[in-house]
Order: sequence, then C-alpha cells, then structure tokens
Amino acid sequence: MAVAEELTSPGTSEKSTSERSWHGIVLQTLKRNDVRLIPYVPDRVLTPLIKSLHADPFFTTFPAAREEEAVGIVAGAWMGGMRGAVLMQTSGFATLANVLASLAIPYQIPLIMFVSERGTLGEFNYGQSLVCRTMRPVLDSLAMEHHTATRLDEFEFIVDRSIKQAVTTQAPVALILSPLLTGGKVFDK
Amino acid sequence: MNSDSPARNTKVMNRFDLTSRLIAKLKNEEAVIGGIGNTNFDLWAAGHRPQNFYMLGSMGLAFPIALGVALAQPDRPVFALEGDGSLLMQLGSLTTIATLAPKNLTMVVMDNGIYQITGAQPTPAAAVADIVAIAVASGLTNSSWAADEEDFERLIEESLSAAGPTLIGVRIDDKPGVGTTRRDPVQIRERFMHGMGVRELL
Repeated sequence: MAVAEELTSPGTSEKSTSERSWHGIVLQTLKRNDVRLIPYVPDRVLTPLIKSLHADPFFTTFPAAREEEAVGIVAGAWMGGMRGAVLMQTSGFATLANVLASLAIPYQIPLIMFVSERGTLGEFNYGQSLVCRTMRPVLDSLAMEHHTATRLDEFEFIVDRSIKQAVTTQAPVALILSPLLTGGKVFDK
Repeated sequence: MNSDSPARNTKVMNRFDLTSRLIAKLKNEEAVIGGIGNTNFDLWAAGHRPQNFYMLGSMGLAFPIALGVALAQPDRPVFALEGDGSLLMQLGSLTTIATLAPKNLTMVVMDNGIYQITGAQPTPAAAVADIVAIAVASGLTNSSWAADEEDFERLIEESLSAAGPTLIGVRIDDKPGVGTTRRDPVQIRERFMHGMGVRELL
C-alpha cells in the first residue's frame, strides 16, 4: 500500500519498485498518521525528504529560523488540532534542552522529531562529533523516548509505532537517523 | 526605555490595562497566547478564559506557538502577547510568520526596554533598536506602534479583518504583572485544547 502511494508522490526522486527509500518511508508514514505540518532547519542528508515533502500538497512544509522555533510551532499546531513533526540535524537538537524541559514535556505535547545524525561514522568536523555526544545524554536525562534507526527493514515499524506512541502517551519522541540508514554526510571537499 | 527615539514617540501605556482592553474585545472564542512571565501573568489577571494559553518557560516562543495555532485553525483569530526581551530571542520567527502570512494572527509586543521580571535590566535593544521597524524589515508589513490606548484598540479591531498577519508594538511602563498564573502546565494545555474545540475535558 505504502509503496504504491510512494510511487504516485510527485516529489519522490527514487521511484524504485523493488526498493523503498528511507525518506519515502518517512513521508508515507507521516501521511498515514495524519502528520501534516513540517517545519524544518535543513540538513544535507534530509534534502531528499524535504524536497518530497515540499512537492506533496498534503504537507505544509517550511523552514524555520531555529529548531526551538519549529518546536513552538508544532506545539501550537498540536493544541489547535493539527499534527506536526520537526526535521533537524544533530547540532540543532543541541539547542533544544530548554524547550523540551519547559514546553514539550511538562505540557505533555507529542513532539515528533527527526534528527539527522551527524558527528559519527565518518564525521570530518570535530565540532560536529562533539555536539553529537551531547544528544543522547540530554534525551536520557529527560527520560525521553528515542530510537536510532540504522536499518531500512525495521524503519517503517520504528517510525509508525513511535508516532502512535507519542500521540497516545502525549510524550515527545526523537527519531535519530543514523548514517547507517541514510548514508550520512561524507567529506567531499 | 528609549523615550528619545522618534520611532517610539508614542504614549507609555500599561501592560495589564492593554491586556484587559484586548480581552474585553474578544467575543468569539479567539485564542490568546501569553508569553513567559509578565505577559501571561497579566493575561491571567485580565480574567481566565479557556482560549488562553499561558507559557511558563520556553522564552521567546509565544509567537511561534501562536503561529502553530493559527495554521491549525485558520478561521479562528489568534492573538499573541510577547515582551520585547522575549522577542529578541526569536527575531527569526518574524520572517517565518511573514512567509507563511496567516491573516488570523495578531502579535502584540509589550516593549518596556527592560527585563522587568529579573530586576529591570535594559535589553540590548533598548537604546538602539526599533522593534516595529525590525518587524517591517522582516516582511511583516502590517506592523505599527500604537500611539495610545484608543489607537491600540483600533489596531486590534483592524487586525480582525486584515489580509495578513498584524504586529502591534506598544510602549509600556516598568510595572510588574498584576497576577500570578497557576503553574499547572498539563491543565493549562488541556483547558486550552478544550477552548480550541479540539477535545473534551474528562
């Protein structure tokens, strides 16, 4: 079902019939769970996902100036009856401790975050590798649900179940997209 | 307060008085988002209503939260009350709002040039910047200073039929908030969602 829908999505660049892309899975799983509002702070790895979301009129997809601004927007939308998710990079997550601890968690808002993981498995910028080390300790210190997706075959299960759990338990979730899943960003120049 | 600046050659008003004037005008279950500290304290003191949301942390996010509500419910007018110091933390959000341009969003900036609640220290903008000019330059062309209380009420009225988002700057005095919001985040959020017609209370 999801594969057929993915093929009809005009912005999906990889239209392989035998293989599903990680970004196609994200798009279809968001749609199936009625997650429509997608503010993001861009990231090279997220580009195919951002392009396909922009191309699909089901979604309202737009850049925000900061990740915490994007969190505020989806928190407001949730309270107004519209589901959203925020896309960001590892370094963007590092700016979120305050808004997680003072808005998303205490107000019990099912904030759904996709974090493209930089700083590991071939990182070429020392600062990125350092900031990456702060991510899971922050998530764990707030006892937040988080998963690191590394394999395509279990990715849809993780995304779909995590969205449903966030909504039903009214708790945020961070889905960390490992370079093992996405290919990551490699040193090119 | 930068009373020498010609751009702020407007009356110095009072946050609680202006908030009360706004609330008195709301008859159609309009949403109101109160920013951190004094803006939500005065919103609370002006009379609690289920369509009010009180932000207890996340300084600077009143406008982004209001944008989210406005996008989710395009037929409901949404107001946001924010302090000048708070807005300085999220100036970029003005460009996001200008780009999405929800016509049902009205933003009020309560500008006293100080962080009143932490001891009245001046903001870095106080002596040099004009927040309405920043908003205009961010793409929010329908932004203006309210000259006095009557002008504020007129701008609020106009915003209800505006073709795009409205930002109203008001110079205010250095008085603290009048009330103290009950700090119960879950109940605040749950009642607000009820007020938005999204869910029933238990």
